[in-house]
Amino acid sequence: MIRFDDVTKEYPGGTVAVNGLSLTIPTGQITALVGPSGCGKTTSLRMINRMIEPTRGLISIDGKGVADLDAATLRRGIGYVIQHAGLFPHRTVLDNVATVPRLLGWDRAKSRAAAQDWMERVGLSADLADRYPSQLSGGQQQRVGVARALAADPPILLMDEPFSAVDPVVRQQLQSELLRLQAELHKTIVFVTHDIDEALLLGNQVAVLRVGGILAQVARPADLLAAPADDFVADFLGHDRGIRALSFVGMPRLPLHPELTLALGEVPPADAPDWMLVVEGGHPLGWVRTAGVQGAVDTSDLNRSGTVASLTASPREVLDAALSSPARRGVLVDDAGEFVGTVRASELATLLEAGQA
Amino acid sequence: MGWLSTHGGDVWTLLLQHVWLAAVPLVIGLLVALPLGWAARRWRAAYPILVTTSGLLYTVPSLALFILMPLILGTRILDPINVVAAMTVYTVALLVRSVADGLGAVPEDVRAAATAMGYRGFRRLLAVDLPLAVPVLTAGLRVAAVSNVSIVSVASLIGVAQLGNLLTDGYNRAINGELITGIVACLLLALAFDWIIRGIGRALTPWTRA
Amino acid sequence: MIPTIWTWLTSAQNWVGSFGIGNRLAQHVGYSLLVVAIAAVIAIPLGLWVGHTGRGRWVVSATNAARAVPTLGLLFALALWVGPHIPGRAAFVVPSVIALVLLAIPPILAGTYAGVEAVDPAARDAAKGLGMTPRQVLARVELPCALPLLWSGLRSAVLQVIATATIAAYIGLGGLGRFLIDGLAQADYAQTAGGAILVCLLALVADGVLALVQRVVVSPGVSGRRRRRRGIILAPGKDMGHGNVAHTTRA
Repeated sequence: MIRFDDVTKEYPGGTVAVNGLSLTIPTGQITALVGPSGCGKTTSLRMINRMIEPTRGLISIDGKGVADLDAATLRRGIGYVIQHAGLFPHRTVLDNVATVPRLLGWDRAKSRAAAQDWMERVGLSADLADRYPSQLSGGQQQRVGVARALAADPPILLMDEPFSAVDPVVRQQLQSELLRLQAELHKTIVFVTHDIDEALLLGNQVAVLRVGGILAQVARPADLLAAPADDFVADFLGHDRGIRALSFVGMPRLPLHPELTLALGEVPPADAPDWMLVVEGGHPLGWVRTAGVQGAVDTSDLNRSGTVASLTASPREVLDAALSSPARRGVLVDDAGEFVGTVRASELATLLEAGQA
Repeated sequence: MGWLSTHGGDVWTLLLQHVWLAAVPLVIGLLVALPLGWAARRWRAAYPILVTTSGLLYTVPSLALFILMPLILGTRILDPINVVAAMTVYTVALLVRSVADGLGAVPEDVRAAATAMGYRGFRRLLAVDLPLAVPVLTAGLRVAAVSNVSIVSVASLIGVAQLGNLLTDGYNRAINGELITGIVACLLLALAFDWIIRGIGRALTPWTRA
Repeated sequence: MIPTIWTWLTSAQNWVGSFGIGNRLAQHVGYSLLVVAIAAVIAIPLGLWVGHTGRGRWVVSATNAARAVPTLGLLFALALWVGPHIPGRAAFVVPSVIALVLLAIPPILAGTYAGVEAVDPAARDAAKGLGMTPRQVLARVELPCALPLLWSGLRSAVLQVIATATIAAYIGLGGLGRFLIDGLAQADYAQTAGGAILVCLLALVADGVLALVQRVVVSPGVSGRRRRRRGIILAPGKDMGHGNVAHTTRA
């Protein structure tokens, strides 16, 4: 557990970056620090590993004040990932990852073995080991940055806007991989971002800071969306809060409807409903408007506009599946991706209203 | 000061000679380096060849180059043309890279926008690329100018008259005043060149002052 | 003309003895190595310090401005004012060595400083954040990343020293410059031109050797020899090769 006790950081010019911050960061969870630029989120993070020293107040890890520890020793025990990765351009990927083990005095072979292991765990192929950072894509560089931070298996990971410099597609991959890793590793992660959606997605708890370094609210994502503390937090959370909150609530038990399905090459029956689902080997391919089909169904007849939700998905995804379907019936699949039934938006809305009331 | 007060006329003559020997190669060198630098940018294969060649030329020590020039040009050893030619070689060697890097530093989107608006080839080079390359070019020219002023003084060892004569003569006859006058005059001349080129560069790039 | 120069260069008697080409060449190389070593011992730590701490940048600007001092004037002034205070044969050597060291410092200093300055701030921040001490940041990150620029500064300095040592023959230094200066004095063009050719070759060989050493000591990750196959290069510090920030006035 990391604790901030009334921590203030004031610069010589009189600028206050962090103002009386008290915050508890629970062990084994992700705490996202989020806020507009100038809210002191990065300063707060950097005070944990003493990259910045607080002007007043106390920061402690598991009861020990960080100011009492040797800075370099403290930092070797805390993983550190930054926005532009900050890889060492003169070292190969493997040697970059092995940095902290080497600093801790592990021998070369053991350090490299650990580095190889962590490269694999963050999803880097082994043949990148001998490359130099300048030969990697932005997303690969960030993965190396994460592997390097984890290489000595520190219990704490500080991540300062690690994914904000990569394109949206890669960012999404990196986010879901972080969640996958965290499910195995249970690190205490402090994650700084200016993107509220990223904070809500990754954080077990989210701390919203306002300009001037004042803590506006700390809460679990669902609670934050359900009960913003003030106008600032509400504004910062942005639009579509009701829809976005559906990502965090539990899925009510839905009545699944069976569906008349077709396979490719079949002719729709005479009494076919308006829209029929085409399923091939159990997997849904798309809907066909039966009236428009000439003879047997082929792929050119498919309407692919509907999204597909899994049985374990959040209400948000299920609702989207229903609303995007041309038949207005959302397609649900099991873990293997096989069709299990359809859902109507109105039924889901009724259940959600009842649940929230 | 005592020495200068009685030799002002001589110093002036030598100074003019020095300006001539340092400035003419600067102008010729720039005119030669512009197309070469452009070629180095235009054709990928030309860049390493031109940059390596100019780098090799730059390794040749000045006194050696002054002495070998008559062999290449067929001139007499005392001919000032040797000095002008040698200084031009150094200037070109230094500026080819400046021109190439300056043109290379023009942002790709600016170039694309100019092309999209209908500029083509040579016109775009004159209207867009070259003006934007001026800061890098100016930096290269300043280095070349200061370097030239210093190197030209070495030519006094092969008997070509300019401010270096004050250095050689002051040393040979142990006249401190003459030696100091020579050093200060070279220094001031170098600073004057630097100042003038910087001024021209600024005048050509009003947008950098905003 | 060329045949007489060839004869001068190839005749065995010109190569032997204390005034022979062999010995002059050895002197030239020896003085150059000594001077560059002294200059490097002064300039590299200073450049690292200025680059690492960000303090004392004026030192770099001042030494850069000092490059406008004519090299010939510097040599003569030191010979005239320092020489007489030194006893024996050293009176000819010490002023030259001081002048050459003064000329070699600016390019090495500027190259080292520029190299450290150009280190990616994110890499420096990460080094600190991963638990490197300031000394480790300097030795393990800043210095290796600064090497391409440091090295091209060193190459500039070596060329500068080889060239100026030739001129220093005028104030009594040994080395290949003797053939040029003595040849001019005796109006012996074969000797003068032969010496000039030898000096050119020495400069070329020295630069070539340093270029080869650079390939060994500079990490491929920062030399630009290995780069990303598509898109931009993200790493700072590319191979500067010849003309570069550390270039200096030539003698």
